[in-house]
Amino acid sequence: MSDDIKKIMFTVRNAPHGTIYVYEGLEVKLIMAAYDADISVVFMDDGVFALRAGQDTKELGIKGFEATYGVMVDYEIEKVFVDRKSMEDRGMTEDDLLIIGEDEDTEEPIRPKVVDSEEIARMMAEQHNILPY
Amino acid sequence: MKFAVLVYEGPYNHEASDSAYNFVTAALEKGHECRGIFFYHDGVYNVTKLMEPPQDDRHIANRWSQLGSKGIDIVVCIAAAKRRGIVDSVLVDNVRISGLGQLTMMAIEADKMVVFGD
Repeated sequence: MSDDIKKIMFTVRNAPHGTIYVYEGLEVKLIMAAYDADISVVFMDDGVFALRAGQDTKELGIKGFEATYGVMVDYEIEKVFVDRKSMEDRGMTEDDLLIIGEDEDTEEPIRPKVVDSEEIARMMAEQHNILPY
Repeated sequence: MKFAVLVYEGPYNHEASDSAYNFVTAALEKGHECRGIFFYHDGVYNVTKLMEPPQDDRHIANRWSQLGSKGIDIVVCIAAAKRRGIVDSVLVDNVRISGLGQLTMMAIEADKMVVFGD
């Protein structure tokens, strides 16, 4: 059966606030993770801002979702990648990225994996379906 | 090819809905199979029977309903719909309201999912 497992990638390219795309996309990820599929998430372009630690949406008057992204690993969303160039273009470093869970054994924090565009292109070529948010 | 379609944008405001419809009808004519169509984000507005476009314009909701009458599974996301005040009773015939699990099944069972929207 394992040959039949569908590889589904989410791309997050929009800024986290200002439109609902990223928020409703998060809802899809959480549901889809419960199904038998190989899920990965790639943050690129303005989507990298969604992974910035220390977001505060109080003054926007909207519900934030940093806390939910902070437990992606608990939802079995473990393949989380960030495009290095998108991050650097926006003045962010790995230290700015929020923690997405902790290792069950070592309790070490898990951060999204920073990858180059070439690696993302290679992963995309392997996917059955890519859902952009 | 068995494909599924995901529509993100509302009707009239954005080309995505028209493009999705044209894509599905053309693909079916070519003999492809459509596993389903899923409306998400503002896409949920595509299938309300409350819309009343001018007579000389296309009726987007009825168009989708006619496609649904041919046996294509057309699903409106319940979470996105509730957020926007869309409930079962305002939907055109031949579409149904259901959860993101349906989107997941479409993504898993289709060979390709084609997404229309920003």
